[in-house]
Amino acid sequence: MAILKNINFNKLKQGLSKTKDKLFTGITEAISTKAVFDEDILDELEEILITSDIGMDTAMKIIHNTRAELYYLNDRSKEAIISTLKNEMKTVLLNAIQNTDNSDSTDISTNKPYVILVVGVNGAGKTTTIGKLAYNYKKAGYSVLIGSADTFRAAANEQLDIWAKRADVEIVQKETGADPSSVVYETLNIAKSENTDIVLIDTAGRLHTKSNLMKELEKIKTVMGKVVPHAPNEVYLVVDGNSGQNVLVQAREFSKVTELTGLIVTKLDGTAKGGVVFQISAQQKIPIKYIGVGEKIEDLQDFDASKFIEALFD
Amino acid sequence: MLEDLTLKFDKALKKVTGQGRLTEQNISDTMRELRRVLLDADVNYKVAKSFIDDVKERALGKEVLASVSPGQHITKILYDRLTELMGGSMSELTINPTGPTVILMVGLQGSGKTTFSAKLAKYLKDRNRKVLLTAADVYRPAAKDQLKTLGKQISIPVFSIDESKDAVTISEESVKYAKENNLDTIIIDTAGRLHVDEDLMNEVKQIKETVNPTEILFVVDSMSGQDAVNSAKAFHDAVYFDGVVLTKLDGDSRGGAALSIKAVVDVPIKFSSLGEKLDSIEIFHPDRLASRILGKGDVVSLVEKAQAQIDEKEAEDLEKKLLSNKFDLEDFLKQIKMIKKMGSIQSLLGMIPGLGANIKNADVDEKQLVKVESIIQSMTKQERKTPKILNGSRRKRIARGSGNTIQDVNRLIKQFNEMNKMMKMFKSNKNRKMLKNFGNLKFN
Ligand SMILES: Nc1nc2c(ncn2[C@@H]2O[C@H](COP(=O)(O)OP(=O)(O)O)[C@@H](O)[C@H]2O)c(=O)[nH]1
Ligand SMILES: [Mg+2]
Repeated sequence: MAILKNINFNKLKQGLSKTKDKLFTGITEAISTKAVFDEDILDELEEILITSDIGMDTAMKIIHNTRAELYYLNDRSKEAIISTLKNEMKTVLLNAIQNTDNSDSTDISTNKPYVILVVGVNGAGKTTTIGKLAYNYKKAGYSVLIGSADTFRAAANEQLDIWAKRADVEIVQKETGADPSSVVYETLNIAKSENTDIVLIDTAGRLHTKSNLMKELEKIKTVMGKVVPHAPNEVYLVVDGNSGQNVLVQAREFSKVTELTGLIVTKLDGTAKGGVVFQISAQQKIPIKYIGVGEKIEDLQDFDASKFIEALFD
Repeated sequence: MLEDLTLKFDKALKKVTGQGRLTEQNISDTMRELRRVLLDADVNYKVAKSFIDDVKERALGKEVLASVSPGQHITKILYDRLTELMGGSMSELTINPTGPTVILMVGLQGSGKTTFSAKLAKYLKDRNRKVLLTAADVYRPAAKDQLKTLGKQISIPVFSIDESKDAVTISEESVKYAKENNLDTIIIDTAGRLHVDEDLMNEVKQIKETVNPTEILFVVDSMSGQDAVNSAKAFHDAVYFDGVVLTKLDGDSRGGAALSIKAVVDVPIKFSSLGEKLDSIEIFHPDRLASRILGKGDVVSLVEKAQAQIDEKEAEDLEKKLLSNKFDLEDFLKQIKMIKKMGSIQSLLGMIPGLGANIKNADVDEKQLVKVESIIQSMTKQERKTPKILNGSRRKRIARGSGNTIQDVNRLIKQFNEMNKMMKMFKSNKNRKMLKNFGNLKFN
């Protein structure tokens, strides 16, 4: 998409290098320590896949396909086995995220203000991501307004205010405890009168099990539609890359309240993980838009499926 | 919480339940499903593996009891092992007996350290500690303000040095400040950090060396995936934490990370954090979490306990009476005494399948039992045998004699009649007789 044209691919690779190391040092070790290929190797491969949070189903599929391929393979050299496995991984993983489309859901230029609602559980990285998005849109030449609809968390205003300053964009805030919908209402009205290009709405973290908070999201959406009929243009679910299988439930439950147009996976600058993104995409049919690879304002990257996998294999 | 895991366990055990004996074959089916349950619950691959091997060995090695179904048998083994893995009994915070208690909070970004620091501060303040919160997260925007705001809400002072970016100095100064101001407990909230970030890991090591904490708590999100064991291990290697805090347990994550961390770094889980309100903090109870994970209830130990405490003959007689509708208040009294022998009602209810998850709502008042007992004891032998004769004036006498209200007496008789009615509807089933008796006792 437009705002991250010049993504620094090295940063992605660097971020994923730990994942890659884990995956491939592990796999190479698993294979090279065995003189003859046997089921034990596949067991070890399975472990490597599952501990990358890739999920049982995806792991099983890759193992299953690899086993089938290896059956017909005459060349039992280490290299041959590794390349078979890599190919299977690629096929399966690319398949999983096939539907991923990181273009904007609707045209920014004809939908003014282009309203982006950011939701997710507590501590996932929503506010940080808003800061990063604001920075990137601003850099791409758009006018940006942030609405601080997290009126719950202690010092949420101060935190977002710092990010707005870093990104050099305007921000609308109300006192803690104010109705989040009223912040949204005000933000969109200002955006309309100022002819703002992009509106980013930060929301309070909410566990998808809290029905009152989920209802609050619905209300925010309704209010948006009243001020700007085409809003929201995007609803991004931010998920923590450290989390395990619960993200699948998160994606499902948030979807029930509001259609999600994209996922943003944060904290992928850590160790072995990232596998979770394939699962969400495969199961929920929601494209992954961006990944967070650090705490700095530049640490947001476009998600590109084939490049992501290439970076894993590189 | 953790209902999903419970449901899956039930499903995995269905195959074994209903088959006569535990065999290599029916166990391995269940174990395969159990493996899936554990991995889906984010239990670490290796931990799940050894857990399953162990459960399997225990299940096959032992003889199947005639009195319990294979499902119940495996449930018991699972429960025992889970409890053991989760840490056996609960474990408390260490308090420094000679000087100020310094508690250092560490963990990944977004795990919930700041909120938990405030909760712990309130928790300790409520226990008469004089607490100081230290804002040592110098990186995240407005982290300090967040802690200050929370501190204000619970009237606990927050130490910070606004112009400093040095977490070590801030921590050190806060301990000095606490000593000078007669505060006996310092909770240091640090920045979230990835365990692969060498600089930040060095920072936390330095804080540790400088303030020499009484207790280091590793805060972990209950939604964490497979990598949780790696970060826990890395943090442990760096600072040797003394306890784990499990956060966001008010969600529906299955919490396998807790199990894994406990298994990999042998450190007790000390607290659960279950919400955004500052009093939603609980001492972690491994046994509770284990039985909650199973949810199914500890059927086996219920059966065991019941068998140990109750004279088989007596129970059989009671059952016969129940079914032939000759069950009277005298028998009711006997039954209550049996129940009392077996332990607390709360814990017994926890063992009954289907009640596990609702145990909190069940909220049984054991005083009720005492009341019922006293009422029956104020009745004559004849009244106990033929409750029908309990007219108004008899009831009034019984109420006065037992120190209860006439409504209490009426309620008891009504419940007794209802129970008798329901009993008629049951067919004989030896294995289930105890459960049946419980299921129809109402304590409200
Ligand atoms: N390492 C790393 N940390 C992140 C990333 N995104 C967010 N964080 C950190 O995660 C924590 C929670 O982020 P925040 O934006 O406040 O989450 P929110 O509660 O969802 O708004 C903060 O300490 C952020 O600095 C990322 O991509 N990498
Ligand atoms: Mg936030």
